[in-house]
Amino acid sequence: MTATHTDAPSARQQRKRRRRSGALIDGVPRPGPVETFIKAIVLGIACLLVVLPFLGIISTSLATPEQVVEAGGFVLFPEGIDLTAYRSVFAGGVVTQALGVSMFVTLVGTLISLTMTAMLGWALSRRGSVGNRQLLVLVLVSLLFSPGIIPSYLVVQQLGLLNSLWALIIPTSVSAFNVIVVRAFFVGLPQEVMDSARIDGASEWQMFRYMGLPLAKPVLAVIGLFYGVGYWNAFFNALLYISDTSKWPMQLVLRTYVVDGNQIGIQDLGAEVTLPPQTSLQMAILVISIVPVLIVYPFLQRHFAKGMLTGAVKG
Amino acid sequence: MTTTTNRPKKLAQAKTPAAGEPRRRMPLWRRIVRDRTVLLLALPAMTVIVVFQYIALGGNVIAFQDFQPYLGIDRSLWVGFENFSILFNGDPEFLRALRNTLFITALQTLFVFPAPIVLALLLNSLVSNRVKQAVQSVLYLPHFLSWVIVVAIFQQMLGGAGMLNNWLRARGWENIDIIGNSDVFYALITSQIIWKDTGWATILFLAVLSQIDRSLYEASAMDGATRWRQTWHVTLPGMRPIIILLFILKLGDSLSVGFEQLLLQQQAVGLDVAQVLDTYVYNNGVVGGAWGVSAAVGLVKGLVGLVLVLVANKVAHIFGEEGVYKA
Repeated sequence: MTATHTDAPSARQQRKRRRRSGALIDGVPRPGPVETFIKAIVLGIACLLVVLPFLGIISTSLATPEQVVEAGGFVLFPEGIDLTAYRSVFAGGVVTQALGVSMFVTLVGTLISLTMTAMLGWALSRRGSVGNRQLLVLVLVSLLFSPGIIPSYLVVQQLGLLNSLWALIIPTSVSAFNVIVVRAFFVGLPQEVMDSARIDGASEWQMFRYMGLPLAKPVLAVIGLFYGVGYWNAFFNALLYISDTSKWPMQLVLRTYVVDGNQIGIQDLGAEVTLPPQTSLQMAILVISIVPVLIVYPFLQRHFAKGMLTGAVKG
Repeated sequence: MTTTTNRPKKLAQAKTPAAGEPRRRMPLWRRIVRDRTVLLLALPAMTVIVVFQYIALGGNVIAFQDFQPYLGIDRSLWVGFENFSILFNGDPEFLRALRNTLFITALQTLFVFPAPIVLALLLNSLVSNRVKQAVQSVLYLPHFLSWVIVVAIFQQMLGGAGMLNNWLRARGWENIDIIGNSDVFYALITSQIIWKDTGWATILFLAVLSQIDRSLYEASAMDGATRWRQTWHVTLPGMRPIIILLFILKLGDSLSVGFEQLLLQQQAVGLDVAQVLDTYVYNNGVVGGAWGVSAAVGLVKGLVGLVLVLVANKVAHIFGEEGVYKA
């Protein structure tokens, strides 16, 4: 994907030269002006359809209350910046609480998921150890089915996890798909390095801790981001397992106050604050729940194609 | 990209090292002691998989029970296929959910499935790599938003106080009711899926496109093929295996349509159009307490999905395609 970068200048010059002469580009005739124009329009509109909503939401959350009221709900170009909505939402009420829950679940969950995934990935990569094949089959087969809503609920209930934040973490803590990706990485490590470590007297644990883990850092980073986004976005498990509103994660708050459009009152926000228009509050909640994804996105973006493919090829 | 995926296989097959020499004659307990570290490393994650996948799967037995939560699985009454008979005797609620599910599946196959293929072809035809990557970065993004956020965004854009209607009002035109209008509900949910996942789904197609042999293009150009004919005779045939593979996998999910997406929007349009099998199971089982019947629906749904995949894979083999797996 980035392969062209290294020889970019010469390649680009070549391409320019070829374009002028009207030759083939990688064997494909170069596109005509009409084609280029149509493509630009189509892709431009597609990008606009993605970007515009974000701009609108952020603008509305920042616009002054007067402007929001005047516009009847939605503002694309704020006349002034006003942080009342954010201040009210962060005053210590239901949204602040939910943010805490979501952050806890995301951070702790990701840490647990990564640890377990790396460990199992390593274990499955050690061919020749007892039960290796059987364990691998168990993991692969689990990719094929999902037990269903009700059986999953019953298991969580039996374990006494209902209304516990652990219900948001443990059931989804191991993704078989990610395990396979990590295993594929460990299997691909040069065997000579492992052998020399063994000759130097490294124990299995030392090899995992001091060789496997450090080498796997890039893979684990990408997988960690995937797990993190998953925990942050988890809605259905919270709906199923958490009924206590003080343990709600952001997604349930979003559903209640933004999707279902329930009014947010002073008692929900837990402070004296003067209440900005509902739309401003809704947009602020929406922005808060999107921002973490936007922050990790650039880091994810560079790696996920590779991660996806490794998994797809092996699985 | 290719090096990281191809190299491991060969290396791994060439050598079988792991913890010491694997000797068949060593008694089992000795081998367990020898590999104790590896086994301990596998233990936590395997426990999670076994409990939440395999043991949970066993929970499906309540489909054959008159399950009462306070009695539990051991003491609830066994009723044989009664839960299933309720369903197949034409319970109107179930039939409605089934009908909606099948209709949405048809819409998805028709509109959602081809979308990323078209987009990938479009992206692939771009000459400038920089433009290509910029467009990709933008179009991948919605995939990382939760359904709650996506539904909320659509409401804010298309709802009564949303961007579209603001714009119409400013010009003195009539409001258009899109959110909560059951007539356009299916168009709405289809466009939501397309908005969220089309960009993301292009990844695999683009990867395949980048691996098509360049010389095929050059040869076809020598023979005087235009861009369109090249797309038809070189590009599309190159994509065929991955398209078929994804289609088979999709079939397995064809009875699970947009669970979160539909659950979130049911209130606005009503169950008549928005009840599907998954939401039926949730609404009647977890919420309504009809555990046995709902579990039966879930079980049938899962089995049908599995059978569809197996059959589709078989059919793919008959037509000489690779399919998902070989057996």
